[in-house]
Amino acid sequence: MSFELNGATYETDEDGYLLNLDQWSKEVADYLAAEEDVEMTEAHWEVINFLREYYEEYKIAPMIRILTKAIGKKLGKEKGNTKYLYELYPGGPAKQACKIAGLPKPTGCV
Amino acid sequence: MAKKIETDELTGEIVTPNIEPGATAHYKPNLAAQEHNESLGFPGSKIEGWEEKAIGRMGELLSKYRSLKVYMDTCVRCGSCADKCHYFLGTGDPNNMPVARQELMRKVYRRYFTPGGKLLPGLSGAEDMTGKMLDEWFSYFHQCSQCRRCSVYCPFGIDTAEVSMAARDIMNSVGVGQKYCNEVLGKVLDVGNNLGMEKPALANTLEFLEEDVEEESGVAVRYPLDEVGAEVLLIAPSADFFSSPHIEGFTGYGKVFHEAGVSWTVSSYASEFANFGMFVGNFETMRKVAQRIVDAARELKVKRIIVGECGHAWRVGYSFWNTLTGPFDFLDPKHRTPTHICEFTLDLIKRGVIRLDKSANDDLNVTFHDSCNVARGSRMGDKPGGQFDIPRELIRSVCNNFVEMDQDTIREFTYCCGGGGGLLTDELMELRVKGAMPRAQALHEVMERNGVNTMAMICAICKAQFTKVLPSYGIGMDVVASVHQLVSNAIILGGNRGV
Repeated sequence: MSFELNGATYETDEDGYLLNLDQWSKEVADYLAAEEDVEMTEAHWEVINFLREYYEEYKIAPMIRILTKAIGKKLGKEKGNTKYLYELYPGGPAKQACKIAGLPKPTGCV
Repeated sequence: MAKKIETDELTGEIVTPNIEPGATAHYKPNLAAQEHNESLGFPGSKIEGWEEKAIGRMGELLSKYRSLKVYMDTCVRCGSCADKCHYFLGTGDPNNMPVARQELMRKVYRRYFTPGGKLLPGLSGAEDMTGKMLDEWFSYFHQCSQCRRCSVYCPFGIDTAEVSMAARDIMNSVGVGQKYCNEVLGKVLDVGNNLGMEKPALANTLEFLEEDVEEESGVAVRYPLDEVGAEVLLIAPSADFFSSPHIEGFTGYGKVFHEAGVSWTVSSYASEFANFGMFVGNFETMRKVAQRIVDAARELKVKRIIVGECGHAWRVGYSFWNTLTGPFDFLDPKHRTPTHICEFTLDLIKRGVIRLDKSANDDLNVTFHDSCNVARGSRMGDKPGGQFDIPRELIRSVCNNFVEMDQDTIREFTYCCGGGGGLLTDELMELRVKGAMPRAQALHEVMERNGVNTMAMICAICKAQFTKVLPSYGIGMDVVASVHQLVSNAIILGGNRGV
């Protein structure tokens, strides 16, 4: 599968996750978010930025608790929980946010 | 955003649906890519002359596993199983009646392996192995979660799961694999876990947990990695390093070891208890995954293996490990191999080794969901029924409020969560939501009647599946809990008396 954006072609897997992670850009994220009916706010970007930083170092998305704690630190303790992340990303912070962040889909019993 | 999936209204009743032929014929998992198949030693894609090869593989399985032949021959189509499958109850597709699902293989079996089917196929209900048949296999043998509820009601004890496993093995042998399972198996055999989490990430995750628990409790609980000479090798499903409420359960394991004063370690080489080799029905793949655990146990020079909350892997560990990779005579013979974390913790509680404050769980009103492969594929402890009684006794010892769901939906009659057997993948979401209907109904009943707000369980797939699908029924994902999360809430840290 693939999609076109501003004249470029982006290959994805069956579920719409980017195959070539280097192709990711903010514009691509906006496009993927729109596909998911997610309106990107500053808080959404905090999640995406943290996911990408973590992935760059560890080649995998972080455990949910690492993510919630990091978001709590950035946006305030009352927002450092799973419930808040699901408010931002109703499709799940692991899967939907990873997709928009251009990370591969997490696999396994998740 | 995914479209909303229609669900039955929650009434607390599990009603047998009207039959809708072909209702789910379009449900199919993604096909495995060449690299996924080849990494497991299967052909990369559908091979030339696949029909003949598939029949050849069926013949091999029939001669290797007498059980499969017995299951092919014995069914009298009495229909006892027809309304016992959660996927039939949730979808109404008659091919999801276990008898009809098995019939997809029986028709082919009769055609090639019985005299009547060879000579007079039309009169024998025999059919050729064709592309259309393979399509039906790929669809409907991936609408079976291998939960074996139907087998409990079968007067002959025919095991549908074994039939589904054989069908998937045959499909893999001709290059028609399922992406979700084969990709995950590739990762566990390459990296050591289903997530593909490499050692630095695992180390970072465990360090985070240490800091987090200490911050919260003031007690330095360790979550060790690759420590040679530890007494216990803890093998958890890797979802315990990633998702919620899995991680809350894993946090609890560490607290239990801490209070018991037992040294333990996680292995980066074998950081996965799950074994999808069972789901794809392939003995050699299942053996290779299990072998990593034995190799890690030897390397780390541990005395015993304790395993975390994972349903199908408990079946593999309890029922198959000894055949796959035994004997475990290098471990301390005083302990069962493997020991389930629930039996380990309950024993410590009974002996007064760890101290508890049950009131920490007083805001919870808890029920227990039996996971299919624990309930029907294994035992636990040293008494029959231990797989039912030990988790319940453990919950009751850390919680004041416990309620059972309807008796037809618990213990050996439990319903699958709807995501077991290698079906926990997004493209099957509609099936997963609909297949969760029976459990959602039973849960709804105790939520309404008894004010239950927590459903505890000991399976990583069940936890992931329910947090994802229960919201479709209007039930919040926060009802889903790990059993050791309840332990973690109640355990008094620093009360350490040691074993």
